[in-house]
Amino acid sequence: MENTKRKYVIPGDVITSGPYRPEQNVILDGERIIATAIGISEIYDDTVRVISLTGKYIPKINDLVVAIVLSHSSLSWELDINSSYVGFLPAADVFGRDFSAHGDELNSKLKKGDLVVARIANSDRSRDPLLTISDRELGKIESGELVKISPSKVPRLIGKRGTMIQTIEMATGAIITIGQNGWIVVSCENSDGLLKAVKAIQMVEEQAHIANLTDRVKSMLESNGE
Amino acid sequence: MILGGRDTDLVLLDENGIRCDGRKIDETRKIMIKAGVLKNADGSAYIEFGDNKIIVGVFGPRDVHPKHLANTDTGILRCRYHMSPFSVEERKKPAPSRREIEISKVIKEALKPAVMLEQFPRTVVDIFIEVLQADGGSRCAALAAASVALADAGIPMRDMVSACAAGKVVDTIVLDINNEEDQAGQADMPVGYMPNMEKITLIQLDGVLTPEEYKKCVETAIGGCKLVYEIQKKALTDKYFSNGGNN
Repeated sequence: MENTKRKYVIPGDVITSGPYRPEQNVILDGERIIATAIGISEIYDDTVRVISLTGKYIPKINDLVVAIVLSHSSLSWELDINSSYVGFLPAADVFGRDFSAHGDELNSKLKKGDLVVARIANSDRSRDPLLTISDRELGKIESGELVKISPSKVPRLIGKRGTMIQTIEMATGAIITIGQNGWIVVSCENSDGLLKAVKAIQMVEEQAHIANLTDRVKSMLESNGE
Repeated sequence: MILGGRDTDLVLLDENGIRCDGRKIDETRKIMIKAGVLKNADGSAYIEFGDNKIIVGVFGPRDVHPKHLANTDTGILRCRYHMSPFSVEERKKPAPSRREIEISKVIKEALKPAVMLEQFPRTVVDIFIEVLQADGGSRCAALAAASVALADAGIPMRDMVSACAAGKVVDTIVLDINNEEDQAGQADMPVGYMPNMEKITLIQLDGVLTPEEYKKCVETAIGGCKLVYEIQKKALTDKYFSNGGNN
């Protein structure tokens, strides 16, 4: 927190001027550093960036995402990852290297509408992001409740070193899978815990800008329990 | 109220410098902007600019359809300005008119320098502008609202684009021409302006001005744009940073 200066900005606002390094959501115009998104600007040492409060998910390599199967061709699936681009999941990733377009039926593994936890294997300007589900904890989700929040609020839901999400999981007994794209799967043995976890997630989304949110969520979870 | 410029008795500017709707020469109409009014669009805004009532929805960046329009180097911008059949006194046919096609084009080109779509190759940002009620100067109002809606959608922008018109009425340069002044006045000049970069992105002129008048007209319009900018800023601040927060 020390050395950081925070400010609310909208596109076009001059955050500062001088020898700073522009990072995400800012541009350099001569000496001035200008915000390009609505959000909170941070000046940290010699870097300036804006944490955006709105906008779609931008795929980054190694991000964990929750995706929905849109369709498939004979060689690959297309997955909705709540981004400007559709995710591309090649069949060989699921069936292994001896996949054959004639022998294997893609529908047998993943159908339209299925929920999948995937990792972004590759993402660049020229192609749609490449997904993979070949790893432990990745793959099709069999049960759970999908909750959608804004991708920009995912870090808030995780909290500092995962404190927020641990609080929710411990209080409700739910297992929560957070996709960096803002889609979250909650699964829980008992329905009460499920409802409470979903409510807590929605509360984080609504009050993301309020300080001391972990304590608020904690007290909400405790009060409902009685 | 008499419209259409047919009324010769209409006093556009009286001896005290008061215009036909009671404004001073450097005063805008009442402006109100609200951001984020539509649930299903990625970004949206509603503007009341005098008697103009305009709603704007923005989608994207998203996949381009038809696919051949996509550009592999950058995203593209599409804009549709449409007037509802009930937006004017006599029913307007809903099909896009020549005027609407023109305004769609100029608004798109006025926003293009501000948006940074090179970050989203092979995508499109769609802007849909629906005029619910029209008064003079609807292209400026639509442009100002579209800019707020784009920011609400989280599309990276170098600057906001604000817009305001100026014009000439009874040989005087006045700010923010209304419908009566547009019909009976001598000139109308809509201006789109990026207030922090200090750049003009839209300028049109209907009428005849001397070089001195032209200069004064541009300056007056830019002054108006700066007023509109403050209201745009407030609309976004209210949505994102007000304490109750997120609605």
